[in-house]
Amino acid sequence: MTRTDPLDVPRPDAQLHFGVFFQGVNHWTIWSDPASGSQIAPANFRRVAQTAERGLFDAFFLGEGLRLREVDGLIHELDVAGRPDAITQLAALAAVTDRIGLVSTSNTTFNEPADLARRLSGLDLLSEGRAGWNVVTTDNAWTGANFRRGGYLDHADRYRRAEEFLTVARALWDGWADGAVSGAVGAPAWAAPGAVDRVRHRGTQFDVDLAPTLPRSGQGHPVIFQAGDSGEGRDFAARNADVVFSAHGNDFDDALAFAEDLRRRLLAVGRPEDDLRILPGTEIIIGATEAEALEKKRWIRLQQVTPATALGVAGLLWGLDLSDRDADGPLPKEDPVVAENDGSFGARRVADPRVVVAEWREKAEANGWSLRETVIALGPQRGHVGTPAGLADRFAHWVRHGAVDGFNVTPYLIPDGLDDIVDLLVPELQERGVYPTEYTGRTLREHLGLREPLTHRSTTDGRQAG
Amino acid sequence: MSGPALRLAVELDGDGAHPAAWRRAAHSPDHLLTPRRVARVAAAAENSGFTLITLEDGALPPGGTPDVVGRIGAVERAAFLAASTSVVGIAPVVPVTYAEPFHVSSQLASLDHISVGRGGWVVGEEERPEAARVWGRPHVDGEAARARESRDGVEVVRALWDSWEDDAVIRSVATSRYLDRDRLHYVDFTGDAYAVKGPAIVPRPPQGQLVVLGRPDRVPAGQLDVALVEGRDLAAVAEAAAGAGTPRTFAEIEVALDTAHATAEERVADLEQHAPWTDRGRLRHIGSASGLAVLLGRLRGVVDGVRLHPLVLDEDLPELSRLVLPHLFERRLAVRPLPGASLRTHLGLERPANRYAAGPDIEALQETR
Repeated sequence: MTRTDPLDVPRPDAQLHFGVFFQGVNHWTIWSDPASGSQIAPANFRRVAQTAERGLFDAFFLGEGLRLREVDGLIHELDVAGRPDAITQLAALAAVTDRIGLVSTSNTTFNEPADLARRLSGLDLLSEGRAGWNVVTTDNAWTGANFRRGGYLDHADRYRRAEEFLTVARALWDGWADGAVSGAVGAPAWAAPGAVDRVRHRGTQFDVDLAPTLPRSGQGHPVIFQAGDSGEGRDFAARNADVVFSAHGNDFDDALAFAEDLRRRLLAVGRPEDDLRILPGTEIIIGATEAEALEKKRWIRLQQVTPATALGVAGLLWGLDLSDRDADGPLPKEDPVVAENDGSFGARRVADPRVVVAEWREKAEANGWSLRETVIALGPQRGHVGTPAGLADRFAHWVRHGAVDGFNVTPYLIPDGLDDIVDLLVPELQERGVYPTEYTGRTLREHLGLREPLTHRSTTDGRQAG
Repeated sequence: MSGPALRLAVELDGDGAHPAAWRRAAHSPDHLLTPRRVARVAAAAENSGFTLITLEDGALPPGGTPDVVGRIGAVERAAFLAASTSVVGIAPVVPVTYAEPFHVSSQLASLDHISVGRGGWVVGEEERPEAARVWGRPHVDGEAARARESRDGVEVVRALWDSWEDDAVIRSVATSRYLDRDRLHYVDFTGDAYAVKGPAIVPRPPQGQLVVLGRPDRVPAGQLDVALVEGRDLAAVAEAAAGAGTPRTFAEIEVALDTAHATAEERVADLEQHAPWTDRGRLRHIGSASGLAVLLGRLRGVVDGVRLHPLVLDEDLPELSRLVLPHLFERRLAVRPLPGASLRTHLGLERPANRYAAGPDIEALQETR
C-alpha cells in the first residue's frame, strides 16, 4: 500500500466530507436488479439516510424536478421517475436521524422567497440546525406550465432573481434576534419587545414587507449549496454559497483547476479562500481487487445503459427516432438533425450534435464499439472504481492537495448502495486520517467546518460590504 | 342518541386554542418551536386514541405581541410527525389562496407516502391582505374570491393526485420501461386565473386521495371528504351537518376542562385577563370532563366525528386522555384508530378510484377465460 507522507502536502490536515445524493429522475439507478427497492417508500429513504449517518456522512441530498421529462412530446418511460417533495421528505427524515445534514434542492424560479425561506427554516428547526438548501434555477416555460406564474424568465433574469431571492431569504432568516423568544415560564411576553424585525425589501424581482415567523437555528441559517458551472454560476457561488456541487470529480487535474478557479473567485469577492467546500458528485464502485472492481463497473454500466436507453440517448443526439435500431450494432449512418427546438424537454441536449456524432464515429471505429458500447464509453464518465485501499489512497491524495473537499456520492442501488462504502471504504479513510471517526458537531455547518453565515459576519471578517 | 361511534380529531397548533395559552403552558416559550415539543404533544394525542391530528397554519405570524408570533410550517411539522408516530392521521392546514397548487399537491402526496396512508388536508384560507405580499401576488379580496381560489386549488391538487395511476411504475425489465406513459395523465386544468399542465412528480398517494377536510361554505361539498361544521349549540351543529352534503361531518368544539389545580372557568378567566378567546361561533365546552363526555355522546348520530380545540394543550390534553377518551372508548361512543389502517379506513371512507384510469378491460379478461 502506498502512503502519502502527510506532511509533504499542501493540506496535511484536510478531511474528506461525504454526502449522499438520493437520485430522483435518472437512468443511473439500477432499478432492474432484484435487490433494487422502491424509489418512493419511506423505509428506503430512512435506510439510506441512516446508513449514511452510520458512515458519518455530512449530508443527505434530494434533488428536485418540477415536470416529468418528455421526449418528442411523450413522457419519457425509461428513467426512474416519481419522487417526493424534497423539504417534506427531509422533515420526515429529521425525526429518524440525529446528525446527518438534510439538504433540499429547491428552485428559485418557481418558488417565492418568503414561503421557501419559511419552509427551510422549519426544516432547520425540526432538525436542530441540520438543514441545507441547494439553490437551483429554471429557465424554461415548459416547467412553468405547472405553475400559476407560467414560464417567464430568460437565462440572465433567472440568476438575477436567484440572487435577490437569496437576499430576501437571508433577511427573513436574520429577522429574529438571537434569544428573541423568552426562556422563562411566566415571562410577560412570548418574544422580547422589538426582537423581531419586519423585513422590508423592494427590488426588481420582489416586493416584501413581512414579519418573519421563525427564529434562527443553532447553525444560524441553512447552509447554502450551489451547482452552476458556467462563469456566471461560479461567480454566484463565490458570492453566495457555502458548498459547491461540482461536476469536476473524475480527473485530478480537472478537479484541481476547478478548485483553484473557485478559490480565486472567492478572494476576488473578499472571502477567505477556504470559505467554500467543493463536493463533486460521484459514483463509487468497490471491488475486492482492481480486476473485480472493473468487472463490476462493466456490469453496472450495462445495467444502467440498457439497449433501449442507449437508443434513447443516441436518438436525442441524432434528433431521430432510433428506437427500432439494434443497440448492439453499428452507429446510425444518418447525419444528425439539427433543430432549433427538438421537442425534448428536461432531457439531454447538446450544442452541436454534428461535432459530437463525428467524435463518436471516430472513436467507435477505432475501438470497434457498438452503439451501446459507444454510449457507455463516451457518455458522462462518472465516478471512481477500485479497491477500498486504492480508493482511500486516491481520495487522500485528492483532498490533501486541495482538488476537492469531499464527494457527493450517488448510489447506483437503492436502498443498499451505500453499504460497501460505509463498511469498507470509510474504515480505510479513517485509517489514513482523512476521515472523521465520530461526529464532532451537531449542525451541518459544524460538520462541514464552515464559518458562520455570510450575513452574520462583520465586514472586517473579509466579506465584501454590500 | 345513537349512531355510529364518533371519530376524534384534535387541533395541536401552538400551545392551545386560546391566544394567550402559552402563558399556562408547562414549558418556556422558547421550547414551542423545537422538535421535542412538536413530537411530545403529538405522541400524547396518539396515545390518547385520537384518530386525527390537525395543525393550523398560515404564512403570517399566528398572533400579535405579546402572544406567540412564531410557527413552523404545518406541512413540515406534519411530515416530521408522520415519521415519529405510527397510527394517528395527520392533516396540516394548507391554504391555496396564493400558494402554487402544484407544490401543495406534491407536499401533501409526499406526506401520504411518508405516513403510509395517514395523510389529510385541512383546506385553509389566507384572509389577511398582507399574506398576498408573501406570495408576490395581488390581494385576493373578499370571501367569494378566496372561495374561488380554494375551489380551483383543491380541484388541481386532487387532479394531480390522480395523474399517476396506481400502477404507473411498471418496471418492465424486458422493455427497459420504468414507467408506462399511458398510465400518466396531463391534468390540463384551466381555471379563471391560471392553468396547470401536470402530471405530478410524486406517484399517486397510498390512499389514492388524501382525506380533504374543510368548511362546506368555502369549499364545494363535492371536493370535501369531511365537512368541519360549526354552531353555537347542538341544534345549529345538527343543521349545519345535515346540510353539508359531504361524506363525513365533524363538529368543531372548543374545550376547557376542570383540572386538579383550577376549574375550567378559572383557567379561562385567567387567560381572558390577557386576551379574549376569539369567538368563531363554535360549540364551546367549559367545565368538567364528564360534561364533555355527555356532550360528545349527544353528538353521536348528529355528526361522524368531532375536532377538539383544547384551551391549553399542556393542561387539557392530559384530562382528555385520562378521563374523556377512555370513557368514550369503553362505552363504544367513540373508536380508536387501528394500527396499519389508512386514515380513510379509520373514517370509513373508500379508497377512491382514479378518475383517469380506464379500469380493467372486462372484455379482454372474459376472452382469456
